Amino acid sequence: MINYLLFVALPYASLAVFLIGSIYRYKMKGFQVSSLSSQFLEGRTLFWGSQPFHWGMFFLFFGHLIAFLFPSTVIAWNGQPVRLLILETSGFAFGLSALTGLFVLIFRRMTNKRVKIVTNRMDVVVYIVLLTQIISGLWVAYFNRWGSSWFAAYLTPYLRSIFVFDPQIEAISTVNSLSIKLHVVSAFTIIGIIPFTRFVHFLVYPIDYLWRSYQQVVWNWDRKRIRTSRNHREGVKSTNN
Amino acid sequence: MDIRAQVAMVFHLDKCIGCHTCSIACKNIWTDRKGAEYMWWNNVETKPGTGYPTKWENQDIYKGGWVKDGNSISLKGTGKFKGLKNIFHNPHMPVLDDYYEPWTYKYQDLFTAPEGDDQPTARPVSLVTGEHVDVKSGPNWDDDMGGSKDYARQDVNFKDLTKAEQEAMFQLERMTFHYLPRICNHCLNPACVASCPSGALYKRGEDGVVLINQERCRAWRMCVTACPYKKSYYNWNTGKSEKCVLCYPRLESGQAPACFHSCVGRIRYLGVLLYDADKIQAVASCNEDELVDRQLDIYVNPFDPEVIYNAKKNGIADSTITAAQKSPVYKFVKEWKLALPLHPEFRTLPNLFYVPALLPGMASVADGVYNTTSKSLWGGIESNRLPMKYLASLFSAGNVNKVSDVLKRLMAVRLHRRGVTVGDLKKEEISEAMNEVSMNADTADAIFRLTTLATFDERFVIPPAHREESIEMLENTADFKGSTGFGFKERPARGL
Repeated sequence: MINYLLFVALPYASLAVFLIGSIYRYKMKGFQVSSLSSQFLEGRTLFWGSQPFHWGMFFLFFGHLIAFLFPSTVIAWNGQPVRLLILETSGFAFGLSALTGLFVLIFRRMTNKRVKIVTNRMDVVVYIVLLTQIISGLWVAYFNRWGSSWFAAYLTPYLRSIFVFDPQIEAISTVNSLSIKLHVVSAFTIIGIIPFTRFVHFLVYPIDYLWRSYQQVVWNWDRKRIRTSRNHREGVKSTNN
Repeated sequence: MDIRAQVAMVFHLDKCIGCHTCSIACKNIWTDRKGAEYMWWNNVETKPGTGYPTKWENQDIYKGGWVKDGNSISLKGTGKFKGLKNIFHNPHMPVLDDYYEPWTYKYQDLFTAPEGDDQPTARPVSLVTGEHVDVKSGPNWDDDMGGSKDYARQDVNFKDLTKAEQEAMFQLERMTFHYLPRICNHCLNPACVASCPSGALYKRGEDGVVLINQERCRAWRMCVTACPYKKSYYNWNTGKSEKCVLCYPRLESGQAPACFHSCVGRIRYLGVLLYDADKIQAVASCNEDELVDRQLDIYVNPFDPEVIYNAKKNGIADSTITAAQKSPVYKFVKEWKLALPLHPEFRTLPNLFYVPALLPGMASVADGVYNTTSKSLWGGIESNRLPMKYLASLFSAGNVNKVSDVLKRLMAVRLHRRGVTVGDLKKEEISEAMNEVSMNADTADAIFRLTTLATFDERFVIPPAHREESIEMLENTADFKGSTGFGFKERPARGL
């Protein structure tokens, strides 16, 4: 029963809340879709927290994504022990980097008076779930070796079954490791709270900056269309005013 | 030819008395909100000095503006690759302490303090943390500190001067200062717009005002780094960047922006310049020594029939063209060549021009009598208290001739008017000065008139917003009544 709750109900609830909540927040509360940067109030410690944390998370996220999407490729890569060792060690290093960064960020937020002022309740929640997620992940990587190989056998079928709406939880519920289960549960928790926290900022990562022209000029001509459009580049230049 | 209209500005530094009325007018309208207390969209600096934020002109520290990159230009500290690489931590962004920690006083303590032997005092408290602070700096902390070690001597504009020249100008007799009021330059090639990863910043097509869309701003803070004038500010409470809006709601209703309107010395002029947008990239990428000339070339003559034809083709209204023809800015910048852009070497093509201050020549006090050291009434511009190299570093990317040309023209007007009103100068002296800059009496009188006697409507020639558009604007306002504007109905907190 508890397995159904944690590995079926929670994922679907989280994904639904994530999808509906994020779209709602983007459409209706566009003003709040960002992370409230505090670099202006404190910049030096932030460097030692933010950089290792974000880069660590960046590579871990894409590592997990690749393992989920192309499990056979990862297993083939792990065919040679040296390659397996390289993959696992670098994954662990990124995990440690993210954890160190997170500790620095938490320490900074607790000790700097100015940063404290701009901290709200959901920031605390964010820190708690992130700590759970990263520590459980490192725990799994260290005590349940080698995750990149058994991942395909246990977790990929489960995750895939979630996304094809045919939940199969045998594999995950028979795993005899609390840390693996914790890692999965907290991962879905994170997805669920994205719309309510500063996590939203990664949804609006400005990748389109790369192909945009540097200078932007906006014309006011077609006011009615501009008024109903959220895209400020919209509007037709009239020939007569 | 792609003709566009730009609302441009001129500040006449000889007339600035450093009263900060402009700053207060702006603060009262726009930045007396939480998170914006430290912002001064309009500020007045004492030069020589370090300014606000401290040492903003030093791009070795802040990496603002553009740099020449082969035949083109690139952003110095931001841009597509650098910006996205540094998105988790922006290494060159100024922090609160580079501006100052805003504070207020606990006035209530004056009433509620228990009776005692001492006078109750109102202690300063931080507007950020609410705790007691020792006030150590403020937005105009170096006000009037003309020769001081901590401020004046730290001015980055001395870089072209030798040590001996610097020492000479800090002699007590030569010590001097003048004011430099600054607002957003609403540049033709704005670095802030180019640096914004979210595309929140944009330049308005109709009047060239540069704005930040608060709904699209995602707090990446690249504009704060990219603006070499440090005129984009991060609001730590809302998590959005904000900047001078040139009081566009006032402009649209035909009023001068608040800082212009309130200026006590009447140093400010505002009007339309027509420019050729096709030339922007070439001009911004040219060699440093031709930057000023090339920038002034981009503004076209509003009386030229070809310009008018192309302007109309681009949908520029007749009334805007008429405003451009009457523009006091066009007269100062193009016709009379009296105004120069501030730090053109940042390559943003700023639209705020300064008439440099024609400071009094050196004088000495002997036996309690004040004597000018020169024989003539005002002395030559060579004995200007601020070295030409210093003024050139401010207004012409180091080109001394540009600045001395302007000062000679200003001096010619001065001599001519002295001849008209007092008549104690030799005719030859006046005509020599006038001939040197090839100026005739009519021009000198016109300059004199616009500098001293000009009425409100001559100083501010604002292109009218059209009635049909005004109605649209009103409708627009009603549509969005109660939604997020600068008043912030929405709480800035992320999350629940």
